[in-house]
Amino acid sequence: MSRQIIVPFGPQHPVLPEPIHLDLVLEDERVIDAIPSIGYIHRGFEKLVEKREFDQYTYIAERTCGICSFVHGATYCQGIEQIMKIDVPERAQFLRVIWSEFSRLHSHLLWLGLFADAFGFENLFMGAWKTRERVLDFMEETTGGRVIQGACKVGGVRRDISNERLDAMVKDLDTLDREMKELTTVFLQDDSIRHRLRNVGTISRDDAYHLGAVGPTARGSGVAIDMRKTGYGAYHRLNLHVVTDSCGDCYSRCAVRAKELFTSTDLIRQAARKIPDGPIDVKVTGAPDGEYFMRAEQPRGELVHYLKGNGTKFLVRSRIRTPTLTNIPPLVRMLQGCELADVPVIVLSIDPCISCTER
Amino acid sequence: MTAELQSTTNIEVGHLIGSVERFRNEGYRLVQIGCTKTGELYEVNYSFEKDYHFENLRITVHGETEIPSISGMFWGAFIYENEMHDLFGIPVRGMNIDFKGTLFRTAVKYPFSQPPVTITKGEKP
Repeated sequence: MSRQIIVPFGPQHPVLPEPIHLDLVLEDERVIDAIPSIGYIHRGFEKLVEKREFDQYTYIAERTCGICSFVHGATYCQGIEQIMKIDVPERAQFLRVIWSEFSRLHSHLLWLGLFADAFGFENLFMGAWKTRERVLDFMEETTGGRVIQGACKVGGVRRDISNERLDAMVKDLDTLDREMKELTTVFLQDDSIRHRLRNVGTISRDDAYHLGAVGPTARGSGVAIDMRKTGYGAYHRLNLHVVTDSCGDCYSRCAVRAKELFTSTDLIRQAARKIPDGPIDVKVTGAPDGEYFMRAEQPRGELVHYLKGNGTKFLVRSRIRTPTLTNIPPLVRMLQGCELADVPVIVLSIDPCISCTER
Repeated sequence: MTAELQSTTNIEVGHLIGSVERFRNEGYRLVQIGCTKTGELYEVNYSFEKDYHFENLRITVHGETEIPSISGMFWGAFIYENEMHDLFGIPVRGMNIDFKGTLFRTAVKYPFSQPPVTITKGEKP
Protein backbone atom coordinates (compact mmCIF):
# COMPACT_ATOMS: atom_id res chain seq x y z
CA MET A 1 0.00 0.00 0.00
CA SER A 2 1.25 3.49 -0.83
CA ARG A 3 2.00 5.98 1.89
CA GLN A 4 -0.89 8.32 2.66
CA ILE A 5 -0.36 12.05 2.84
CA ILE A 6 -2.75 14.91 3.53
CA VAL A 7 -2.81 17.85 1.14
CA PRO A 8 -4.77 20.94 2.18
CA PHE A 9 -7.05 22.39 -0.52
CA GLY A 10 -8.22 25.94 0.19
CA PRO A 11 -9.44 28.01 1.91
CA GLN A 12 -7.70 30.19 -0.69
CA HIS A 13 -7.47 28.60 -4.12
CA PRO A 14 -7.65 30.03 -7.68
CA VAL A 15 -10.95 28.24 -8.41
CA LEU A 16 -12.57 29.27 -5.15
CA PRO A 17 -14.17 32.71 -5.11
CA GLU A 18 -14.95 32.12 -1.42
CA PRO A 19 -13.20 30.18 1.33
CA ILE A 20 -13.81 26.49 1.93
CA HIS A 21 -11.18 24.06 3.08
CA LEU A 22 -10.71 20.40 2.25
CA ASP A 23 -8.15 18.07 3.75
CA LEU A 24 -7.42 15.66 0.92
CA VAL A 25 -6.07 12.27 1.97
CA LEU A 26 -3.93 11.05 -0.92
CA GLU A 27 -2.28 7.82 -1.97
CA ASP A 28 0.10 8.92 -4.72
CA GLU A 29 -2.10 11.18 -6.89
CA ARG A 30 -5.39 9.53 -5.94
CA VAL A 31 -7.75 11.08 -3.39
CA ILE A 32 -8.79 8.48 -0.81
CA ASP A 33 -10.87 10.78 1.35
CA ALA A 34 -11.77 14.44 1.71
CA ILE A 35 -12.63 16.15 4.98
CA PRO A 36 -14.47 19.44 4.47
CA SER A 37 -14.20 22.43 6.74
CA ILE A 38 -16.23 25.64 6.58
CA GLY A 39 -16.91 28.52 8.93
CA TYR A 40 -14.24 31.00 7.82
CA ILE A 41 -16.73 33.78 7.14
CA HIS A 42 -19.74 32.81 9.24
CA ARG A 43 -21.89 35.93 9.57
CA GLY A 44 -24.61 34.96 12.03
CA PHE A 45 -27.51 36.29 9.92
CA GLU A 46 -29.89 33.90 11.63
CA LYS A 47 -29.07 35.54 14.95
CA LEU A 48 -30.05 38.96 13.58
CA VAL A 49 -33.67 37.86 13.50
CA GLU A 50 -33.75 38.61 17.25
CA LYS A 51 -32.82 42.26 16.58
CA ARG A 52 -34.76 43.15 13.43
CA GLU A 53 -38.51 43.29 12.94
CA PHE A 54 -39.87 40.62 10.63
CA ASP A 55 -40.49 43.03 7.75
CA GLN A 56 -37.01 44.56 8.09
CA TYR A 57 -35.49 41.08 8.04
CA THR A 58 -36.42 40.79 4.34
CA TYR A 59 -33.33 42.92 3.60
CA ILE A 60 -31.15 40.65 5.75
CA ALA A 61 -32.53 37.51 4.09
CA GLU A 62 -31.74 38.98 0.67
CA ARG A 63 -28.15 39.60 1.67
CA THR A 64 -27.60 35.91 2.42
CA CYS A 65 -26.28 35.60 -1.12
CA GLY A 66 -24.93 38.02 -3.69
CA ILE A 67 -26.04 35.90 -6.64
CA CYS A 68 -29.48 34.57 -5.82
CA SER A 69 -30.38 37.37 -3.42
CA PHE A 70 -33.84 37.81 -4.91
CA VAL A 71 -34.72 34.14 -4.33
CA HIS A 72 -33.70 34.39 -0.66
CA GLY A 73 -35.84 37.49 -0.18
CA ALA A 74 -38.81 35.98 -1.98
CA THR A 75 -38.55 32.68 -0.09
CA TYR A 76 -38.43 34.49 3.25
CA CYS A 77 -41.44 36.65 2.32
CA GLN A 78 -43.42 33.64 1.13
CA GLY A 79 -42.71 31.85 4.41
CA ILE A 80 -43.99 34.81 6.43
CA GLU A 81 -47.01 35.09 4.15
CA GLN A 82 -47.83 31.43 4.78
CA ILE A 83 -47.67 31.92 8.55
CA MET A 84 -49.77 35.09 8.42
CA LYS A 85 -52.12 33.66 5.77
CA ILE A 86 -51.62 36.66 3.51
CA ASP A 87 -53.18 36.41 0.09
CA VAL A 88 -50.58 37.92 -2.21
CA PRO A 89 -51.90 39.46 -5.46
CA GLU A 90 -51.34 37.27 -8.51
CA ARG A 91 -49.43 39.95 -10.39
CA ALA A 92 -46.87 40.06 -7.57
CA GLN A 93 -46.49 36.28 -7.68
CA PHE A 94 -45.82 36.34 -11.42
CA LEU A 95 -43.31 39.17 -11.02
CA ARG A 96 -41.52 37.11 -8.35
CA VAL A 97 -41.29 34.21 -10.82
CA ILE A 98 -39.87 36.47 -13.54
CA TRP A 99 -37.19 37.91 -11.24
CA SER A 100 -36.43 34.48 -9.76
CA GLU A 101 -35.84 33.03 -13.22
CA PHE A 102 -33.65 35.96 -14.20
CA SER A 103 -31.68 35.24 -11.00
CA ARG A 104 -31.28 31.65 -12.16
CA LEU A 105 -30.05 32.81 -15.58
CA HIS A 106 -27.61 35.17 -13.89
CA SER A 107 -26.36 32.44 -11.54
CA HIS A 108 -26.01 29.72 -14.19
CA LEU A 109 -24.22 32.03 -16.65
CA LEU A 110 -21.88 33.16 -13.90
CA TRP A 111 -21.16 29.54 -13.00
CA LEU A 112 -20.65 28.47 -16.62
CA GLY A 113 -18.09 31.25 -16.96
CA LEU A 114 -16.27 30.27 -13.78
CA PHE A 115 -16.34 26.62 -14.81
CA ALA A 116 -14.86 27.45 -18.22
CA ASP A 117 -12.15 29.42 -16.45
CA ALA A 118 -11.47 26.45 -14.14
CA PHE A 119 -10.76 24.11 -17.04
CA GLY A 120 -8.75 26.75 -18.87
CA PHE A 121 -11.13 28.01 -21.56
CA GLU A 122 -10.86 31.74 -21.02
CA ASN A 123 -12.74 32.83 -24.16
CA LEU A 124 -15.74 30.87 -23.05
CA PHE A 125 -15.52 32.45 -19.62
CA MET A 126 -15.65 35.92 -21.17
CA GLY A 127 -18.49 34.92 -23.49
CA ALA A 128 -20.61 33.61 -20.62
CA TRP A 129 -20.09 36.72 -18.54
CA LYS A 130 -20.80 38.99 -21.48
CA THR A 131 -24.18 37.29 -21.96
CA ARG A 132 -24.79 37.51 -18.23
CA GLU A 133 -24.56 41.31 -18.51
CA ARG A 134 -27.82 41.32 -20.50
CA VAL A 135 -29.54 39.61 -17.57
CA LEU A 136 -28.06 42.00 -15.03
CA ASP A 137 -29.11 44.97 -17.19
CA PHE A 138 -32.69 43.75 -17.07
CA MET A 139 -32.55 43.27 -13.29
CA GLU A 140 -31.13 46.75 -12.86
CA GLU A 141 -33.65 48.34 -15.18
CA THR A 142 -36.66 46.75 -13.48
CA THR A 143 -35.59 46.72 -9.83
CA GLY A 144 -32.84 49.32 -9.56
CA GLY A 145 -30.22 46.81 -8.38
CA ARG A 146 -27.81 44.51 -10.18
CA VAL A 147 -26.86 42.38 -7.18
CA ILE A 148 -29.29 43.19 -4.38
CA GLN A 149 -32.68 43.93 -5.88
CA GLY A 150 -34.76 44.88 -2.82
CA ALA A 151 -37.88 44.31 -4.91
CA CYS A 152 -39.63 41.83 -2.64
CA LYS A 153 -41.55 42.57 0.53
CA VAL A 154 -43.96 40.76 2.78
CA GLY A 155 -47.33 41.06 1.05
CA GLY A 156 -46.07 41.47 -2.52
CA VAL A 157 -43.40 43.35 -4.42
CA ARG A 158 -42.20 46.96 -4.36
CA ARG A 159 -42.04 47.58 -8.10
CA ASP A 160 -44.16 46.74 -11.08
CA ILE A 161 -43.03 46.08 -14.65
CA SER A 162 -45.30 47.67 -17.25
CA ASN A 163 -46.93 45.38 -19.79
CA GLU A 164 -45.12 47.25 -22.57
CA ARG A 165 -41.78 46.57 -20.89
CA LEU A 166 -42.71 42.92 -20.45
CA ASP A 167 -43.48 42.68 -24.19
CA ALA A 168 -40.11 44.25 -25.04
CA MET A 169 -38.42 41.91 -22.57
CA VAL A 170 -39.91 38.85 -24.29
CA LYS A 171 -38.52 40.09 -27.62
CA ASP A 172 -35.09 40.62 -25.97
CA LEU A 173 -35.22 37.02 -24.76
CA ASP A 174 -34.87 35.85 -28.37
CA THR A 175 -31.48 37.56 -28.59
CA LEU A 176 -30.53 36.16 -25.19
CA ASP A 177 -31.56 32.65 -26.28
CA ARG A 178 -29.48 32.98 -29.43
CA GLU A 179 -26.36 33.98 -27.50
CA MET A 180 -26.92 31.24 -24.92
CA LYS A 181 -27.37 28.68 -27.70
CA GLU A 182 -23.96 29.59 -29.12
CA LEU A 183 -22.40 29.32 -25.68
CA THR A 184 -23.99 26.06 -24.64
CA THR A 185 -23.18 24.45 -27.99
CA VAL A 186 -19.51 24.86 -27.11
CA PHE A 187 -20.02 23.58 -23.56
CA LEU A 188 -21.93 20.52 -24.72
CA GLN A 189 -20.22 19.64 -27.99
CA ASP A 190 -16.58 20.67 -27.74
CA ASP A 191 -14.40 17.57 -27.63
CA SER A 192 -11.78 19.00 -25.27
CA ILE A 193 -14.47 20.04 -22.75
CA ARG A 194 -16.17 16.66 -22.97
CA HIS A 195 -12.83 14.93 -22.52
CA ARG A 196 -12.04 17.07 -19.46
CA LEU A 197 -15.40 16.53 -17.73
CA ARG A 198 -16.68 13.09 -18.73
CA ASN A 199 -16.34 10.41 -16.01
CA VAL A 200 -14.84 12.94 -13.60
CA GLY A 201 -16.39 13.29 -10.12
CA THR A 202 -19.09 10.71 -10.76
CA ILE A 203 -21.80 10.15 -8.17
CA SER A 204 -24.51 7.53 -8.64
CA ARG A 205 -28.23 8.29 -8.49
CA ASP A 206 -28.63 6.42 -5.19
CA ASP A 207 -25.68 8.16 -3.56
CA ALA A 208 -26.84 11.57 -4.74
CA TYR A 209 -30.33 10.95 -3.35
CA HIS A 210 -29.35 9.45 -0.01
CA LEU A 211 -26.54 11.93 0.65
CA GLY A 212 -28.97 14.80 0.23
CA ALA A 213 -27.87 16.28 -3.10
CA VAL A 214 -30.18 18.97 -4.46
CA GLY A 215 -30.49 21.13 -7.55
CA PRO A 216 -28.34 20.49 -10.65
CA THR A 217 -26.03 18.35 -8.48
CA ALA A 218 -28.92 15.91 -7.91
CA ARG A 219 -30.48 16.31 -11.36
CA GLY A 220 -27.12 15.60 -13.01
CA SER A 221 -27.34 12.14 -11.42
CA GLY A 222 -30.89 11.56 -12.60
CA VAL A 223 -32.68 12.62 -9.38
CA ALA A 224 -35.58 14.74 -10.64
CA ILE A 225 -36.02 16.98 -7.60
CA ASP A 226 -37.11 20.54 -8.31
CA MET A 227 -38.98 22.56 -5.70
CA ARG A 228 -40.72 24.59 -8.38
CA LYS A 229 -42.78 21.44 -8.92
CA THR A 230 -44.40 22.05 -5.50
CA GLY A 231 -46.16 24.95 -7.22
CA TYR A 232 -45.24 27.80 -4.87
CA GLY A 233 -45.84 31.36 -6.06
CA ALA A 234 -47.10 31.35 -9.63
CA TYR A 235 -45.21 28.19 -10.63
CA HIS A 236 -48.39 26.11 -10.42
CA ARG A 237 -49.70 28.17 -13.35
CA LEU A 238 -46.69 27.41 -15.55
CA ASN A 239 -45.46 24.32 -17.37
CA LEU A 240 -42.08 23.28 -16.05
CA HIS A 241 -39.87 20.68 -17.64
CA VAL A 242 -37.35 19.34 -15.09
CA VAL A 243 -33.97 18.86 -16.80
CA THR A 244 -32.04 15.75 -15.76
CA ASP A 245 -29.01 13.83 -16.93
CA SER A 246 -28.07 10.33 -15.95
CA CYS A 247 -24.27 10.03 -15.88
CA GLY A 248 -23.69 11.90 -12.60
CA ASP A 249 -20.31 13.32 -13.62
CA CYS A 250 -19.04 16.89 -14.06
CA TYR A 251 -20.21 16.93 -17.67
CA SER A 252 -23.76 15.97 -16.62
CA ARG A 253 -23.93 18.71 -14.00
CA CYS A 254 -22.68 21.19 -16.60
CA ALA A 255 -25.21 19.94 -19.16
CA VAL A 256 -28.10 20.29 -16.70
CA ARG A 257 -27.22 23.92 -15.96
CA ALA A 258 -26.71 24.69 -19.66
CA LYS A 259 -30.13 23.28 -20.55
CA GLU A 260 -31.83 24.95 -17.59
CA LEU A 261 -30.99 28.33 -19.10
CA PHE A 262 -33.62 27.67 -21.73
CA THR A 263 -36.12 26.37 -19.16
CA SER A 264 -35.80 29.71 -17.41
CA THR A 265 -36.37 31.80 -20.52
CA ASP A 266 -39.35 29.58 -21.33
CA LEU A 267 -40.82 30.17 -17.85
CA ILE A 268 -40.27 33.92 -18.19
CA ARG A 269 -42.10 33.91 -21.53
CA GLN A 270 -44.99 31.92 -20.03
CA ALA A 271 -45.17 34.25 -17.03
CA ALA A 272 -45.10 37.37 -19.24
CA ARG A 273 -47.94 35.92 -21.30
CA LYS A 274 -50.10 34.93 -18.35
CA ILE A 275 -49.45 37.76 -15.88
CA PRO A 276 -52.75 39.40 -14.91
CA ASP A 277 -53.30 43.11 -14.35
CA GLY A 278 -53.94 44.25 -10.82
CA PRO A 279 -52.30 45.35 -7.59
CA ILE A 280 -48.77 44.28 -6.68
CA ASP A 281 -49.08 44.24 -2.89
CA VAL A 282 -51.49 44.10 0.03
CA LYS A 283 -51.34 45.91 3.33
CA VAL A 284 -49.86 43.73 6.06
CA THR A 285 -51.09 44.10 9.62
CA GLY A 286 -50.21 42.10 12.72
CA ALA A 287 -47.22 39.87 13.29
CA PRO A 288 -46.42 36.25 12.45
CA ASP A 289 -47.56 33.69 15.00
CA GLY A 290 -46.72 30.14 13.97
CA GLU A 291 -44.10 28.30 11.98
CA TYR A 292 -43.47 27.22 8.40
CA PHE A 293 -40.78 25.49 6.38
CA MET A 294 -40.73 27.47 3.14
CA ARG A 295 -39.01 25.54 0.38
CA ALA A 296 -38.03 27.07 -2.95
CA GLU A 297 -35.76 26.23 -5.87
CA GLN A 298 -32.70 28.42 -5.76
CA PRO A 299 -30.29 28.22 -8.74
CA ARG A 300 -28.18 25.72 -6.75
CA GLY A 301 -31.13 23.69 -5.56
CA GLU A 302 -33.62 23.36 -2.76
CA LEU A 303 -33.55 26.25 -0.31
CA VAL A 304 -35.35 26.01 3.05
CA HIS A 305 -36.28 28.99 5.20
CA TYR A 306 -37.70 27.75 8.51
CA LEU A 307 -39.50 30.62 10.20
CA LYS A 308 -41.11 30.71 13.60
CA GLY A 309 -42.94 33.65 15.13
CA ASN A 310 -44.64 34.20 18.49
CA GLY A 311 -47.03 37.01 17.60
CA THR A 312 -44.51 39.80 18.18
CA LYS A 313 -42.65 41.85 15.57
CA PHE A 314 -39.53 39.75 16.21
CA LEU A 315 -39.30 36.19 14.94
CA VAL A 316 -38.20 33.50 17.36
CA ARG A 317 -36.17 31.71 14.70
CA SER A 318 -35.05 31.99 11.13
CA ARG A 319 -33.15 28.94 10.00
CA ILE A 320 -31.79 29.03 6.46
CA ARG A 321 -30.75 25.70 4.96
CA THR A 322 -28.91 26.52 1.79
CA PRO A 323 -28.30 24.10 -1.11
CA THR A 324 -24.52 24.24 -0.85
CA LEU A 325 -24.60 23.07 2.77
CA THR A 326 -26.49 19.94 1.80
CA ASN A 327 -24.37 19.42 -1.32
CA ILE A 328 -21.16 19.13 0.74
CA PRO A 329 -21.62 15.44 1.71
CA PRO A 330 -22.21 14.45 -1.97
CA LEU A 331 -19.10 16.48 -2.86
CA VAL A 332 -17.07 14.42 -0.40
CA ARG A 333 -18.33 11.25 -2.10
CA MET A 334 -17.46 12.62 -5.59
CA LEU A 335 -13.91 13.34 -4.47
CA GLN A 336 -13.25 9.85 -3.10
CA GLY A 337 -11.19 8.03 -5.73
CA CYS A 338 -10.56 10.98 -8.04
CA GLU A 339 -7.18 12.28 -9.22
CA LEU A 340 -5.71 15.28 -7.40
CA ALA A 341 -5.68 17.29 -10.65
CA ASP A 342 -9.46 16.85 -10.96
CA VAL A 343 -10.28 18.25 -7.52
CA PRO A 344 -10.72 21.91 -8.59
CA VAL A 345 -13.14 21.00 -11.39
CA ILE A 346 -15.13 18.64 -9.16
CA VAL A 347 -15.42 21.19 -6.35
CA LEU A 348 -16.64 23.81 -8.79
CA SER A 349 -19.10 21.39 -10.40
CA ILE A 350 -21.46 21.60 -7.40
CA ASP A 351 -21.47 25.41 -7.83
CA PRO A 352 -20.49 26.04 -4.20
CA CYS A 353 -21.83 29.25 -2.71
CA ILE A 354 -20.03 29.75 0.57
CA SER A 355 -21.69 33.11 1.10
CA CYS A 356 -25.01 31.24 1.37
CA THR A 357 -23.54 28.48 3.47
CA GLU A 358 -21.97 30.92 5.92
CA ARG A 359 -25.23 32.84 6.39
CA MET B 1 -50.36 30.75 -3.30
CA THR B 2 -50.22 26.96 -3.15
CA ALA B 3 -49.34 25.93 0.41
CA GLU B 4 -47.31 22.79 0.84
CA LEU B 5 -48.76 20.23 3.24
CA GLN B 6 -46.36 19.79 6.13
CA SER B 7 -46.66 17.55 9.14
CA THR B 8 -44.64 17.54 12.35
CA THR B 9 -44.56 14.62 14.77
CA ASN B 10 -43.27 15.13 18.30
CA ILE B 11 -41.26 12.18 19.59
CA GLU B 12 -39.05 11.32 22.57
CA VAL B 13 -35.27 11.33 22.12
CA GLY B 14 -35.27 7.58 22.81
CA HIS B 15 -37.47 6.99 19.76
CA LEU B 16 -35.38 9.10 17.41
CA ILE B 17 -33.28 6.35 15.84
CA GLY B 18 -36.25 4.04 15.29
CA SER B 19 -38.34 6.81 13.72
CA VAL B 20 -35.54 7.98 11.44
CA GLU B 21 -34.88 4.39 10.41
CA ARG B 22 -38.50 4.13 9.28
CA PHE B 23 -38.03 7.16 7.01
CA ARG B 24 -34.79 5.70 5.68
CA ASN B 25 -36.43 2.36 4.92
CA GLU B 26 -39.36 4.03 3.19
CA GLY B 27 -36.99 5.85 0.84
CA TYR B 28 -37.22 9.38 2.22
CA ARG B 29 -34.27 11.76 1.91
CA LEU B 30 -33.01 13.95 4.73
CA VAL B 31 -33.81 17.58 3.92
CA GLN B 32 -32.33 19.24 7.00
CA ILE B 33 -31.84 19.17 10.74
CA GLY B 34 -32.54 22.48 12.46
CA CYS B 35 -32.59 23.67 16.03
CA THR B 36 -34.76 26.32 17.72
CA LYS B 37 -34.57 27.76 21.24
CA THR B 38 -37.87 27.64 23.11
CA GLY B 39 -37.40 29.10 26.58
CA GLU B 40 -35.09 26.79 28.52
CA LEU B 41 -35.37 24.04 25.94
CA TYR B 42 -34.40 23.36 22.35
CA GLU B 43 -36.58 21.97 19.60
CA VAL B 44 -34.70 19.91 17.05
CA ASN B 45 -36.49 19.36 13.73
CA TYR B 46 -35.55 16.52 11.42
CA SER B 47 -37.09 17.12 7.98
CA PHE B 48 -37.60 14.41 5.38
CA GLU B 49 -39.05 14.32 1.90
CA LYS B 50 -40.17 11.77 -0.61
CA ASP B 51 -41.96 12.60 -3.87
CA TYR B 52 -42.57 16.17 -2.60
CA HIS B 53 -44.18 14.82 0.57
CA PHE B 54 -42.61 16.77 3.42
CA GLU B 55 -42.53 15.44 7.00
CA ASN B 56 -40.83 16.50 10.22
CA LEU B 57 -39.83 14.73 13.38
CA ARG B 58 -39.38 16.94 16.43
CA ILE B 59 -37.59 16.25 19.68
CA THR B 60 -37.46 18.71 22.56
CA VAL B 61 -34.36 18.58 24.72
CA HIS B 62 -32.35 20.38 27.39
CA GLY B 63 -29.01 21.83 26.28
CA GLU B 64 -27.02 19.13 28.06
CA THR B 65 -29.06 16.22 26.65
CA GLU B 66 -26.94 14.03 24.42
CA ILE B 67 -28.64 13.28 21.11
CA PRO B 68 -27.78 10.14 19.14
CA SER B 69 -26.40 10.78 15.68
CA ILE B 70 -28.40 9.64 12.66
CA SER B 71 -25.33 9.77 10.41
CA GLY B 72 -25.28 5.96 10.40
CA MET B 73 -28.52 6.04 8.41
CA PHE B 74 -28.12 9.35 6.57
CA TRP B 75 -24.39 9.78 6.00
CA GLY B 76 -24.73 13.47 5.15
CA ALA B 77 -26.34 14.26 8.52
CA PHE B 78 -22.92 15.02 9.97
CA ILE B 79 -23.03 18.52 8.49
CA TYR B 80 -26.22 19.42 10.41
CA GLU B 81 -25.21 17.62 13.59
CA ASN B 82 -21.88 19.43 13.76
CA GLU B 83 -23.74 22.68 13.11
CA MET B 84 -26.16 21.90 15.97
CA HIS B 85 -23.21 21.31 18.27
CA ASP B 86 -21.16 24.31 17.16
CA LEU B 87 -23.96 26.89 17.22
CA PHE B 88 -26.20 25.60 20.03
CA GLY B 89 -23.79 23.55 22.11
CA ILE B 90 -25.99 20.43 21.98
CA PRO B 91 -23.84 17.29 22.24
CA VAL B 92 -24.36 14.66 19.55
CA ARG B 93 -23.16 11.10 20.13
CA GLY B 94 -21.62 8.92 17.40
CA MET B 95 -21.23 11.27 14.42
CA ASN B 96 -19.42 9.73 11.43
CA ILE B 97 -17.37 12.93 11.05
CA ASP B 98 -16.99 14.82 14.31
CA PHE B 99 -15.32 18.21 13.92
CA LYS B 100 -15.28 18.60 17.71
CA GLY B 101 -16.51 22.17 17.58
CA THR B 102 -14.44 23.40 14.65
CA LEU B 103 -16.87 23.18 11.71
CA PHE B 104 -18.16 26.70 12.41
CA ARG B 105 -15.33 28.83 13.72
CA THR B 106 -17.47 31.47 15.41
CA ALA B 107 -15.97 34.26 17.52
CA VAL B 108 -18.40 33.39 20.32
CA LYS B 109 -18.70 29.81 21.48
CA TYR B 110 -22.24 28.39 21.02
CA PRO B 111 -23.77 31.75 19.91
CA PHE B 112 -27.35 30.39 19.83
CA SER B 113 -27.18 28.65 23.19
CA GLN B 114 -29.35 29.14 26.26
CA PRO B 115 -28.99 31.45 28.25
CA PRO B 116 -28.61 33.96 25.37
CA VAL B 117 -25.10 35.15 24.58
CA THR B 118 -24.79 38.91 24.99
CA ILE B 119 -21.76 41.00 24.19
CA THR B 120 -21.54 44.62 25.27
CA LYS B 121 -19.98 47.19 22.99
CA GLY B 122 -16.21 47.22 23.17
CA GLU B 123 -16.04 43.85 24.91
CA LYS B 124 -14.03 41.12 23.24
CA PRO B 125 -16.00 37.92 22.65
